[in-house]
Amino acid sequence: MQPAETAIAFHAVGYQLPNGREVLHDLSFEIPTGEILVLLGRSGSGKTTALKLVNRLLEPSRGQIMVRGRSTRDWDAIELRRHTGYAIQEVGLFPHYRVSRNIALVPEIEHWPKPRISERVAELLKLVGLRAEIAERYPHQLSGGQRQRVGVARALAADPPILLMDEPFGALDPLTRADLQHEFLSLQQKLNKTVVFVTHDVREALLLGTRIALLEEGKLVSCQSRDAFLNSSDPLVRRYLETFSEISGKRGPA
Amino acid sequence: MNFYDFLTQNKLEVASLALEHLWMVGLSTLFAVAIGIPLGILITRKPRLHNPVIATANVIQTIPSLALFGFLLPAPWFGDRAGRIAILALMLYALLPLIRNTYTGIKSVDPGVVEAARGMGLTDRQLLFKVELPLAASVILAGIRIAVVISVGLATIAAAVGAGGLGELIFRGLAMVNNGVILAGAVPAAIMALLADLLLGWLERRLAPPRAA
Repeated sequence: MQPAETAIAFHAVGYQLPNGREVLHDLSFEIPTGEILVLLGRSGSGKTTALKLVNRLLEPSRGQIMVRGRSTRDWDAIELRRHTGYAIQEVGLFPHYRVSRNIALVPEIEHWPKPRISERVAELLKLVGLRAEIAERYPHQLSGGQRQRVGVARALAADPPILLMDEPFGALDPLTRADLQHEFLSLQQKLNKTVVFVTHDVREALLLGTRIALLEEGKLVSCQSRDAFLNSSDPLVRRYLETFSEISGKRGPA
Repeated sequence: MNFYDFLTQNKLEVASLALEHLWMVGLSTLFAVAIGIPLGILITRKPRLHNPVIATANVIQTIPSLALFGFLLPAPWFGDRAGRIAILALMLYALLPLIRNTYTGIKSVDPGVVEAARGMGLTDRQLLFKVELPLAASVILAGIRIAVVISVGLATIAAAVGAGGLGELIFRGLAMVNNGVILAGAVPAAIMALLADLLLGWLERRLAPPRAA
């Protein structure tokens, strides 16, 4: 069998703010097609910046990012973004459009025929576990969990091979978050997208990630499979794992 | 002569002056919209232009209206007809609320919405027409509303340069020291301002993006 194709690759990527502050430093890693890579790190570690480099919301100061074998600089930014679904913590649903139009916007712009669009909207709502009548609501009429589901459905609308997710479940209550995490995993098994998932939650990283890239102050501390991460001897990785086991150790009857 | 008698005896003249008034306000607002909204959009895209554009519109706003009408008298082409001067001056006054409200409306669109739209691959044009302008529409309309209400009042001064309108009656009443004649110009102008305010306020509420009560 051939080795898995690389969907996204960072080659010695650096990113500097206009004021000279270095946000990312010499970042290199690869994401094989169909994997979920979790970018884990604390606030300010540069994980969101790394994510925005993939769909060229930002451009690297040094090095390059290859998406499906092509440097992001050589992609047309609009075309690149239509190939990469994007879901963020703020969700950013369009308040003036109904749920159906929110999901349908990119297919509309891509001139899909109307019947195919409404079919797609119905299919996606079902896929993310929402009832069909939600389609007629406005975003402000939805709960937080429903909004996030619509956000994921919208990111999937034009069936992009790559999905970028920036703490999409971060603002939800723990139970809703757990539901969405599990549903997302089973969804991913069906769809087999390449996913880059940003989080600061080590539990979420371990649950979702095929591989986990740990960032600290703009540098890559480690990038390894979940099992290797769990057994890593790196002191920073251990500290993350300890915060996790500390809590789980207190769970259940003493 | 009291207000009521003057009005009933000069119905046609008052009506034609009111129409003239409406024409000046309508046309100047139309031009102000055509110039002010694009300028407001421009300064959201080119932040360096923001301060000079707003400052210029601000300075225009501070010129006393009677003086502005006078200044424009020697202007080429415009100076040939009083109506042109009036429309130009009213348009200049209407620019500030339009530019400012367009800018504010677009800038106050939720940054999460803009980021999501960019991340989805909307072009600059699509972002503007499908997201930013629809979400800013009610704020921009509030700017038009302010501009129209101010214009209806200011347009009465246009009579000083001979542009006609309801101001004609006000100035005549002043010259005759006759309150009835003054009121025959002032009352219809006030009613016009109120009606415009009500109509545009209703539109503004209809255009506001749906949100939780």
